[in-house]
Amino acid sequence: MTMAAEANFVADPFTPEGDTVIDCKVDKIFYGDFLAVRDSVVPIEKNKITAFIGPSGCGKSTVLRSLNRMNDLINVFRFEGSVMYHGQDIYAKKVDPVVVRRYIGMVFQQPNPFSMSIFDNVAFGLRLNKYKGDLEEKVQKALERAALWNEVKDKLKNSGLSLSGGQQQRLCIARAIATEPDVLLMDEPCSALDPIATRQVEELMLDLRSRFSVALVTHNMQQATRVGDTTAFFSVDISKGGRTGYLVEMGPTAQVFDDPQQQLTKDYVAGEFS
Amino acid sequence: MSNIDLVASSDMEFTRPNLERQLLEGRAIKNNVLTILTWGTAILASVPLLSVMYMLLVRGGTRLFGADFAEVLTALPPAGFEMGGGIGPAIVGTLLMVAIASAISVPFGILAAIYLAMLEPKGKLATTARFLAKVLTGFPSILAGVFVYAVLVISFGYSALAGGVALAVLMLPTVVLAAEEAIKQVPQRMKDAAYGIGCTRTQVIWKVVLPTGLPGILTGVMLAIAGAAGESAPLLFTALFSNYFISELMEPTASLSILIYNFSGMPFENQIELAWTASLVLVLIVLVFNILARLFGQPKV
Ligand SMILES: Nc1ncnc2c1ncn2[C@@H]1O[C@H](COP(=O)(O)OP(=O)(O)OP(=O)(O)O)[C@@H](O)[C@H]1O
Ligand SMILES: [Mg+2]
Repeated sequence: MTMAAEANFVADPFTPEGDTVIDCKVDKIFYGDFLAVRDSVVPIEKNKITAFIGPSGCGKSTVLRSLNRMNDLINVFRFEGSVMYHGQDIYAKKVDPVVVRRYIGMVFQQPNPFSMSIFDNVAFGLRLNKYKGDLEEKVQKALERAALWNEVKDKLKNSGLSLSGGQQQRLCIARAIATEPDVLLMDEPCSALDPIATRQVEELMLDLRSRFSVALVTHNMQQATRVGDTTAFFSVDISKGGRTGYLVEMGPTAQVFDDPQQQLTKDYVAGEFS
Repeated sequence: MSNIDLVASSDMEFTRPNLERQLLEGRAIKNNVLTILTWGTAILASVPLLSVMYMLLVRGGTRLFGADFAEVLTALPPAGFEMGGGIGPAIVGTLLMVAIASAISVPFGILAAIYLAMLEPKGKLATTARFLAKVLTGFPSILAGVFVYAVLVISFGYSALAGGVALAVLMLPTVVLAAEEAIKQVPQRMKDAAYGIGCTRTQVIWKVVLPTGLPGILTGVMLAIAGAAGESAPLLFTALFSNYFISELMEPTASLSILIYNFSGMPFENQIELAWTASLVLVLIVLVFNILARLFGQPKV
C-alpha cells in the first residue's frame, strides 16, 4: 500500500466501468503563484453522481469549478491539464467557455437568485437559450423537480430574494435544471438546507441521474453515501510548506467508505463516522 | 486559587439585578444632553431652509396659486411697464435643456460606469477617469459654460443645444460615479450565477447587472437632473435668453434660472413677482425629480 501522506503521492487512476461524460485530468491548478491542486485524475461518470469529499481547503470547489471553466472569471486562475467533454478538451483554445457552461450547469454553495421574480429566475436560462416551447410549463416542471413548486406556486411574481435561504437554494437548483444541462455541478448545495429540504434535494439528485450526470461537493459523509455512486476523496498536502490539494482515492462509494485503500481515507472516513 | 473563588461565588446568593432606567447616572445624563444638542442644531440648521421655502411660497405663490396661474405658466414674459405675462418660454427652455443634457449624459455616463465597475476597474484609464470624475463633481459650473462657449458657441452661436451640452458636462460626473457605485453593489454571487448559466459578459451586464443596479443608477440620474435644472452660470454663455418660445434647437432659449436672474434686478414690481414665481416653479421641478429619485431608489420588492 502506498502512503498518501508522501509529498509526491499520486492516487491510482480510477477507471469507471460505465461511460464517462467528463474526463478531468488535473496537472496543476494555480491561483497566482499558489499551487492549489496537483496531479488528480477525476472522471465524472455518465448518469451517475460523483461525490467529492475532503477537508476544507483541499480544492474540491476548485476542481469542480474547473469542469465548466467557472474559474476563468478569476484573473489569477491557471489550469494545467485537460478536461475532456465528449471528446473535446474544454480548455482548448478554440473552445468558448460560455457555450461550455450552457451544457455543464452549476449550483453554487451560497444561494444566489437574481433580483427578479421567482418565475423569471427559473425562466432566465430558457429565455437566454431562446426556448421556443411553453415557458410556463417548463418553469413549473423545474420547480416541481426542485421540490419547491408547492411553496411558491401562488407567488411566482414575488422576488426570488424574498424566499428563505433553503427555498432560494432550491430556486437556484430549479434555475439550473430548467435548461436541462448535460452535466450538473453542485457545490455543497445542501449546506443552507434543513434536513427535510436536504432529503428532497437528494431525492431530486437521484431522480436527475436518469437524465443528467452530477458532480457533487459535500461535507456531509452520509450524503455522499446516500447519493454518491462514486466518491473522490481529496486531501491537503502541507509537507512542502504550501497547502496543495490532491486526489487521494477515488472509487465506488461503497468501496471508499467500507474498504478504503489509503490510510488517509480510512482515518478521514472513520473520523467522520465515529 | 481560581477554583476556590469559583466555588465561593457559586455559594453566594445571586442578587437580583436592577434593570430600571437610572436618569441621574452620568451615562444617562450625557446621553440626554447629547440628544438635546443634536435636536437643537438640527432645528437651527433648518431655519434658513424653512425661511427660504416660506418666502418662496408666499411671494412666488401669489401668482402661481393665484387666479391667473394658467397665464403665468404659459404666457410670454412681459415687457417693461406691461402687466401680466408669464414664464412659459423659460419653463419650456429649462425642461428642454435638461432633456438634452440627460439624453447625452445618461447613456455615456452608464456606459462609462460599466467600464469603470466591471470591465477594467483597476486599469490606468479607469483610475484616471474616476479621478477626473471626482474632480469634476466639484468643478465650478461656470467653467462648463465657458468650455462649451469655446467649443460650440463661437462657431454655431448661442443655442438651446449648447445649453444642454453645458448641463450634460455638469451632469456626467454625478451620473458616472452614482452608476458605478450602483453597479458595484450588485453582488458577485449574482454575476457568478449568470455566468454559470451560460451568459456572455455582455449578457451578464444587460440582463443581470443593470436591472439589479437600476434603482441606484436612477437615483444618481435624478439627483444630477435636479442639480442641472437649477444651474444658471453655464447657461449665460450658451443658451443666453429669449423672450419667445423656442422653435428650433439651434436658437437661444429662455430658462428659469436666467429669467430669475434677469427679472429680479428689474425696477418693475410685475417682473420681480414673476422672478419669485419662477423660483418657486424651479424649486418644485427639482422637488419632483428628488421625489422621483426616492421612488425609483426603493429596491424592488
Ligand atoms: N479565488 C481564489 N483566489 C486565491 N486562492 C483561492 C481562490 N479560491 C480558492 N483559493 C484557495 O484554493 C484552495 C482550495 O480552495 P477551495 O475553495 O477549492 O477548497 P474547498 O475544498 O472547496 O474548501 P471548502 O470545503 O471549505 O469549500 C484554498 O487554499 C483556497 O484558499
Ligand atoms: Mg468549497
